[in-house]
Amino acid sequence: MVEWTDFERTTIQNIFSKMNYDVVGQQALARCLIVYPWTQRYFGNFGNLYNAAAIMGNPMVAAHGKVVLHGLDRAVKNMDNIKAEYAELSVLHSEKLHVDPDNFKLLGDCLTVVCAAQLGAAFTPEVQAAFQKFLAVVISSLQRQYH
Amino acid sequence: MSLSANDKATVKAFWAKISPKADDIGNEALSRMLYVYPQTKTYFSHWSDLSPNSAPVRKHGKKIIAGIGLAVEKIDDLFAGLLTLSELHAFQLRVDPANFRILSHNILVVLAMLFPDDFTPEAHLAMDKFLARLALALSDKYR
Repeated sequence: MVEWTDFERTTIQNIFSKMNYDVVGQQALARCLIVYPWTQRYFGNFGNLYNAAAIMGNPMVAAHGKVVLHGLDRAVKNMDNIKAEYAELSVLHSEKLHVDPDNFKLLGDCLTVVCAAQLGAAFTPEVQAAFQKFLAVVISSLQRQYH
Repeated sequence: MSLSANDKATVKAFWAKISPKADDIGNEALSRMLYVYPQTKTYFSHWSDLSPNSAPVRKHGKKIIAGIGLAVEKIDDLFAGLLTLSELHAFQLRVDPANFRILSHNILVVLAMLFPDDFTPEAHLAMDKFLARLALALSDKYR
């Protein structure tokens, strides 16, 4: 069982309640595909991913970024049982999507960078620690059903 | 993942923009590293105060960012340019190179925080590559 402090709970709820999932989803996924281009391997049918401008303007990337953020929302709403909440998603990523779990960390890092850009000075070390802990739990839950 | 001419140009241009805030960047990045990754505190047990923005952290943040500034100058030959620093880290400081990645991550987060408009995906890509290459040069003399 993950132990969350009151500060951590409040911080996570605050960050996500104020977040525009469409914008942040698109920005985080696009950044991941640009900064770590090998992650494009999972999106062969997304059309034009040839350069940063193409990726930033790609509607399929934007749509999928939204899907990812709404998936993350499930963890935000169920912080005390992320493991159970993500059991099926984990199987999906392993058995159907065949995503190397190392990629979860790359997307997580891009999400952290996008969040830092949005929050500016409000992204204090304490807030960063809470956010990264949350992502670590999500990533660990998503990796759990890989065999 | 070597640096292309474009990467080097991007890093230099971005560095010119951000260097007025170099000391802040150094302080914020080091503060965050020590706070978010407490295992990194083990290297600084001799400091009086390891909390974010403390005097020892500010002082050391300055030193680190100066080293990165040097690396930007020597970007065309990082391994030669950082030879002395590599020897220092290898034989005296003996910092586990895994920690270079951790500090790099925190530098990128701080750049996003302080320069949200300038830290574009392209700048992020170039800086990430540069810091990785820097870390490689810094660990060159380890064994």
